[in-house]
Amino acid sequence: MTFKVELSDLSLSYEGVRVLEKISFSVGEGDFIGVIGPNGSGKTTLLRAIARVLRPESGAVFVNGLNINQLSRREIAQNIAVVSQETNMVFSFTAFEVVLMGRTPHASRFKIEDQDDFVIAEEVMTITDTWHLADRPISELSGGEKQRVMIAQALAQKTRFLLLDEPTSHLDINHQLQILSLIRNRSREGLAVVAVFHDLNLASRFADTLILLQDGRIHINGLPEEVLTVKNIGEVFGVDAHIEKHPATGEIYIYPLLNAEPVIRGHNT
Amino acid sequence: MGLKRKTRYLILAVLSLALVLAVIVGVSIGSVQIPLMTVAGILYKAPTGFVEAVADRSMAARYETIIMDVRLPRVILTAIVGAALASAGVVFQGLFKNPMADPYVIGVSSGAALGATIGIAFGLDVFWGGALTVPILAFVGALSATLIVYKIARVGGSIPISSLLLAGLAVNAFLTAITTFIMVSVGKDLQSVIFWLMGGLSARNWTHIQIALPFFAIGFPIAWVFSRDLNIMLLGDEKALHLGIEVEKLKKILLVIGAMMAAAAVSVSGLIGFVGLMTPHAVRLMIGPDHKLLLPASALTGAIFLIFADIMARVLLSPTEIPVGVITALFGAPFFLYLLRVKRRILT
Repeated sequence: MTFKVELSDLSLSYEGVRVLEKISFSVGEGDFIGVIGPNGSGKTTLLRAIARVLRPESGAVFVNGLNINQLSRREIAQNIAVVSQETNMVFSFTAFEVVLMGRTPHASRFKIEDQDDFVIAEEVMTITDTWHLADRPISELSGGEKQRVMIAQALAQKTRFLLLDEPTSHLDINHQLQILSLIRNRSREGLAVVAVFHDLNLASRFADTLILLQDGRIHINGLPEEVLTVKNIGEVFGVDAHIEKHPATGEIYIYPLLNAEPVIRGHNT
Repeated sequence: MGLKRKTRYLILAVLSLALVLAVIVGVSIGSVQIPLMTVAGILYKAPTGFVEAVADRSMAARYETIIMDVRLPRVILTAIVGAALASAGVVFQGLFKNPMADPYVIGVSSGAALGATIGIAFGLDVFWGGALTVPILAFVGALSATLIVYKIARVGGSIPISSLLLAGLAVNAFLTAITTFIMVSVGKDLQSVIFWLMGGLSARNWTHIQIALPFFAIGFPIAWVFSRDLNIMLLGDEKALHLGIEVEKLKKILLVIGAMMAAAAVSVSGLIGFVGLMTPHAVRLMIGPDHKLLLPASALTGAIFLIFADIMARVLLSPTEIPVGVITALFGAPFFLYLLRVKRRILT
């Protein structure tokens, strides 16, 4: 069965302020969508709404044609895995234990983890370069190591849809490329991905299409070279940019320019 | 995985054995010293009636009376109370994601205290010839206070931990004020109120076990079934949602279960501090945070700890009994600090 998540006219307010306004798009198998936009434009809120952490005021999310409100938490977790920006652990589980928790949506309450779960945990920890951290308490890991462990946990969920909120914000350049390549490869194999990016260049390089958010609305949705134009970046971020296209790969690269005064648009972060 | 499965079973086996030994020691020690082997013999044969475990028949009969009517019920009740307090502590600490959370934080103690005070101060003799009046009122008070705190703390459909703790604090203060007011205004038999408030296990019999045991026997397995959920809750509410946990429903269930176990303990033994706070903490320092092991290990450790605390309460100033809550605080606090120094593996 093919997999598809559709957002239809999703609107959401938070403490009286409209934070998402009629958002519609769909994600299918193998799609890798990057969400970009200034601070406070609704990127994280969008992910939380898709995963039903927040309930929309109007509009709905459909998973394979079913309204997500009709699914149980467990069914949602079997379909959608989420990697949030920060995870704070009060008690110190080991990295392996944390990754193993990713198997929860597939486990019966009365059954303990079996060999299959251990195999999956080892596999996802190996590809996220965290297997050597398996026995370390998660609270003792660095920000980047913790982030990779949380990505491993989400992969252990073995879902068909992955939501990532700035998945590489704490990673060094090597692990950034490694993790994003890994996710792109998974996407090529059929995983649907929606990822919030802070770094426009990483977004354009890894995502197939980009959604540019401004004040909770979709400013433009399209291919990286359609979205990341001097005009759009100027309108949404208030920054003059110079954009170059790599002659061989066709990838675009954005240089924010300092010669103009950045426009203050009065956003709260 | 943390600890291998074999290690886990070994830990529980060792603790169970230690509990059996603690029960035997607890029964043996008192104003009349009964040799350990005699105790073991009598307890072992108790289910099939008393057989000559002791040479002198009249002596044996006396021992049997002391053991079966006085010491054994007390020691068993002590074990139940210790296990219930420790289990409630594990549940609340996991639920609040706060290693300093305590069964009493959510109002169980002040509610129980108020209920008991009403019973004692007004000399109520309502349930089963009066013997159960105080425990039952304490239990009703504990559950009511928990319910009030829970209702106040609710914001929309959820219970933020901070508002829960604040509501618990306010309700605790209010109920304690009423308790004190009643004590002062009635002014009779304050001795027993005070002793009760400090926690005591003297003159407890099989009836008290019948009150406390069902609540623990129901609450504990339910809590254990949710141990994986408790683990995941430690990743935060939102991550728990993402992993398929019905977080708000889970909080309600665990709150009721925890309150039930704590109230069961408080209603038969008064306010025994430190067991619910310290036991889970100490056990977690030694075996890690996995609730599947932490919960049973804490229950066993709480039972063992309270049995030894009660032995000290009986013998230290014999024939005068010290409230066992005094002992748990005296020994609990330094032990806790020692563990904190030796092994810092709890807080990030």
